[in-house]
Amino acid sequence: MNTLESSSVDLAPAKAIVARHGGGRDACIRILQNLQAAYGYLPDAALRYVVENTEISEGQIYGVATFYDQFRFTPVGKHMIRVCHGTACHVNGAGKISGALEDELGIGNHETTKDNLFTLETVACLGCCSLAPVKMIDDTVYGRLTPEQARKIIKDYRNNAATKSS
Amino acid sequence: MNTERWQITVGLGSCGVAAGAGALYEQLEKTADHKRVELKKTGCAGICHREPMLEVASPGGGRWTYVHLTSAAVERILREHVGGGKPVDDFLLAGADRKDAVERYLGKQKKIVLENCGRIDPESIDAYVAAGGYQALRKVLEGMTPAQVVETVTASGLRGRGGAGFATGVKWKFTAGAQGSPKYMVCNGDEGDPGAFMDRSVLESDPHRVIEGMLIAGYAIGASVGFFYVRAEYPLAVKRIHMAIRAATEKGILGGKVMGFPFAFEIQVREGAGAFVCGEETALLQSIEGERGMPRLRPPFPAIKGLWGKPTTINNVETLANIPWIIRQGAAAFAAMGTEKSKGTKVFALAGKIKHGGLVEVPMGITMREIVEEIGGGSPSGLPVKAVQTGGPSGGCIPASLFSTRIDYDELNRTGAIMGSGGMVVMDESSCMVDIAKFFLGFTTRESCGKCTFCRIGTKRMLEILTRFTEGKGSEEDLKLLEELAVKVKATSLCGLGQTAPNPVLTTLRYFRHEYEAHIREKRCPAKACKALLTYAVDAKACTGCTVCARKCPAGAISGERKKPHLIDRERCTRCGICATACKFKAIEVS
Repeated sequence: MNTLESSSVDLAPAKAIVARHGGGRDACIRILQNLQAAYGYLPDAALRYVVENTEISEGQIYGVATFYDQFRFTPVGKHMIRVCHGTACHVNGAGKISGALEDELGIGNHETTKDNLFTLETVACLGCCSLAPVKMIDDTVYGRLTPEQARKIIKDYRNNAATKSS
Repeated sequence: MNTERWQITVGLGSCGVAAGAGALYEQLEKTADHKRVELKKTGCAGICHREPMLEVASPGGGRWTYVHLTSAAVERILREHVGGGKPVDDFLLAGADRKDAVERYLGKQKKIVLENCGRIDPESIDAYVAAGGYQALRKVLEGMTPAQVVETVTASGLRGRGGAGFATGVKWKFTAGAQGSPKYMVCNGDEGDPGAFMDRSVLESDPHRVIEGMLIAGYAIGASVGFFYVRAEYPLAVKRIHMAIRAATEKGILGGKVMGFPFAFEIQVREGAGAFVCGEETALLQSIEGERGMPRLRPPFPAIKGLWGKPTTINNVETLANIPWIIRQGAAAFAAMGTEKSKGTKVFALAGKIKHGGLVEVPMGITMREIVEEIGGGSPSGLPVKAVQTGGPSGGCIPASLFSTRIDYDELNRTGAIMGSGGMVVMDESSCMVDIAKFFLGFTTRESCGKCTFCRIGTKRMLEILTRFTEGKGSEEDLKLLEELAVKVKATSLCGLGQTAPNPVLTTLRYFRHEYEAHIREKRCPAKACKALLTYAVDAKACTGCTVCARKCPAGAISGERKKPHLIDRERCTRCGICATACKFKAIEVS
């Protein structure tokens, strides 16, 4: 694990989470979910704290964190874009939506833009099948998309961010 | 019910919110006259293709459902209907030219699991109780022994709605009779099939119903602790379950003395962390124990050795949502619906290339044709419907020629597909069956836990073969190897994920072999869906030289002078299809 990073991570949330869930092996997933909610990702230092202060071993925590799709080891951008690739979206052109977004953002799946504004992820199903194809930015769902609309929405977010910072 | 005021109830399930219902609710909060209008929330009414929706109830007891709403529509409803007493026909569910379609959509449905969905406020326990909620639990605790409950559920003929269709009463009997203490009751809400949202809607729209089912199951098997395993990807469902558990605990429906009777039951929530394999019961149990969700060999079945080695029953959300109805109405009423071996109703998430998609609950025994053509209204493009995919990555594609197949566990199995949990994705002539098989295999390859060699590597090799087909690089040998691998992956995998992963390939090979052969022999995709096999060209006769395509092309592959036919540079063309959609003169030819 990366030791350089450890000094910059505040361990107070990790301590509170371990205190809340106890130190048993069965708390592993709940602890990871809470860590990610607190930090936005799973920092090495926080994982190490859990290993040192509970019955959860390094093997278990790393095994579990890499097994489940929910967990990530790197920070994400300000806005999370989730493109649905469920069956209904697939037959209604989700591939074209992803293609347009990758082109517009200049990044691939599971990557973050250089300005840290967007992270792009494809997901298996958002469950809004009758609005297919669908993408979700943070908590807002955009349905019945065309590739052009998908691009335009990104431009709107960018413009918004630019007005706020100027 | 308060009959002094008008009531406006807004549908705030995930689909409704996605379609903009949240903003409409806020608009109503701000602009409605609250002395005259009472605002309420409800869940999903299942008519997803008409969202956003709301219901207006007049002080006199009249009810009107409004659909396809916009901010302007809400304004008119407040002014003309609530203010002027005249319903706004343009947005009525059965108004304008929608009447026939609505009757066809709702006429064949029978709501048991969804009886409260879209009718009651899911965040209010009182609303559930007013709709007859927790009466079944009281009936059980007042006058039935656990064995009688098991008998009733067995006699109803209810089978597991998660997909495999095991008899629910038999499952309960095994756990009830198993040695070991404590016993556990688990609700499987890890709905991971892409294209399926039945359980999410039930949890969001009527969470108490599932809690009541769990309590009755817990009583029947002798458990006093229940676990609710729900996908973290369903934040609204998770929130409403927590609210419902808190409300039920406050009312003494959960706790040391359920409704004052000598029966203790508590429920804990566990959020799934995004692994499809955790829908498999032994993997789900591993996940509750905080481990990687890897399935294990059965037997011993969870009924004998489950959570922490103790007897455990695992039931799907929809299965449990049937229980209160069965107890209230009796086993015979339930068994009266359906076919010989499939009783009651089934909820389907109808989506894909379908005009009227949404959540539909139909009696078992109805035909695929009735669902697709009468309820769903066929494809929106008017192109013929080619197939219906049921059961997601574990299921298969049923071709239009078999649409007389009835909704029945065994009849569906004979087609090579399965009942599955209820995903039903409709495909028309523009869907490529090789591409669909590749899509599902891509999913199972990613989601394989890696324990069994054939599931881990075999599915990967199958996916590579299918990818070659869609790129025009496949051979006849590939086809043979694909079939061989499909049989072997099925035979040598431990759990349902691997055993069923080849189903989409096997059913498409069985019914759409000609499409595979077109990809292999002619390097052609009949549905024009496989990008690598397409070429885009401008029809010089039809092209007016309007320059729209050249301006829209993101690859800069189109050139030409104004008012003269344009040209597409095949080297630079990325086959994104934007030009074809943008052209008003149908001058872009795809072949």
